[in-house]
Amino acid sequence: MKLVWLLALFPLSPALAQPTPKDVEKVMQRDFRAHGQAGMDRVVQDGVQRVCTETRDHPPAELAKRLEADQAKTIAFPQGSLLGDWKSGERIAQNGRGMQWTDASGTASGGSCYNCHQLSPKEISFGTIGPSLAGFGAQRGSGPEVQRYVYGKIYNAKAYNLCTQMPRLGYSGTLTEQQIKDLVGLLLDPASPVNQ
Amino acid sequence: MNRACAGILLACLAFCAPAAAQDLKKEIERYRQMVNEGSPAELFELEGEALWKKPQGPRQTSLEKCDLGLGPGVLKGAYAGLPRYFKDAERVMDLETRLLHCMMTLQGRGREEATQRLFGNADRPSEMESLSAYVAAQSRGMKMAPGEGHPKEKAAYELGRALYFQRAGAWDFACTSCHGEEGKRIRLQELPVLLKPESARSVVATWPAYRVSTSGFVTMQWRMNNCYQQMRMPEPAFGSDTTVALIHFITVTGKGETYRGPGNKR
Repeated sequence: MKLVWLLALFPLSPALAQPTPKDVEKVMQRDFRAHGQAGMDRVVQDGVQRVCTETRDHPPAELAKRLEADQAKTIAFPQGSLLGDWKSGERIAQNGRGMQWTDASGTASGGSCYNCHQLSPKEISFGTIGPSLAGFGAQRGSGPEVQRYVYGKIYNAKAYNLCTQMPRLGYSGTLTEQQIKDLVGLLLDPASPVNQ
Repeated sequence: MNRACAGILLACLAFCAPAAAQDLKKEIERYRQMVNEGSPAELFELEGEALWKKPQGPRQTSLEKCDLGLGPGVLKGAYAGLPRYFKDAERVMDLETRLLHCMMTLQGRGREEATQRLFGNADRPSEMESLSAYVAAQSRGMKMAPGEGHPKEKAAYELGRALYFQRAGAWDFACTSCHGEEGKRIRLQELPVLLKPESARSVVATWPAYRVSTSGFVTMQWRMNNCYQQMRMPEPAFGSDTTVALIHFITVTGKGETYRGPGNKR
């Protein structure tokens, strides 16, 4: 009788229960402090982050499709050509600063692209978390369709692959419209080192 | 002799530049091995010993009676048993959290004063860094065996594991974003997958460590803090349940490895 009571009160031993993303969020709200531009709002998960955490980055296909469509609505495509200056794009791709509590807010952020991708074959210090983008434009051309794809992917990568590790660089306010255009130039311009 | 070496190096810089990244990696490995043969970490261990024995705080007491889990003042093997549950504090603590606890309880120091400067730099290392080097060195040759039996130790492990997968922040990162798949790099830095014992073991066996690129000594609390900075998150409090749980999770995953630190990092 007593045992039944205990089981009713403690259906799971607290020591063995696995914390949910919501539980973890509460712990983080207690344990983290706002610092510089990194405010406590960043601890709170949005729907994409929550679903990706819960499913260990493998969301059910239907749900992924629906949430990707929501993310696609956040992308503001500028009018006209999206092909910016590849030289400026290369500097943005090299720059790994921005959005950290150590970075002054108001100064331009970088895209941290080389941290995860190979781009210009001249740069030997590149990461491998994302795919190699060397020769990206040489293989695909630089027409309006592919410009739009690259711009959108950089602006909000979660619109194309919900649980990708790539940040939403436009949506998060990391990069400006012009910076993203310059990165499109770096990837697609036939003169860019990426396509040599 | 030196001139000849410099000449060869210059010639290599001029003509070996197109060499594959593979060769560069080999050179970095060789450099690491060279540095490992005489580690500057020893200097931090010596400074740490002096700080351990130095009377400080309102009570002008040393840390020599600090209980790191094996009894007051027992240093041999203490680091290898951390993190663990401490009855007097009613929580799981890693080395640095426990050292802070001893500064406050034995030396009578306030949290604010004791945590004023936790992470140092090349010019001036922090007290915590030197103390960590000294204490960790007394576990060399011993197997890493963090506490796993107490319910709070089990809870810390589960929290640490859940934190490892938690995606959040301006860039949607979790620990797994960089440390989730074998064989990945950021720039040229290889990234251990700390969910896997075979990757976690060498990490657990060599931290804390001397960091060549910054000429400073780095601790696990610093590593957690700096990762969250790069994840574009706010700052985790030193010694919080979050940082302790992550360190505990990683240490349990890499347990059983013989401690051979304090090591050297790039």
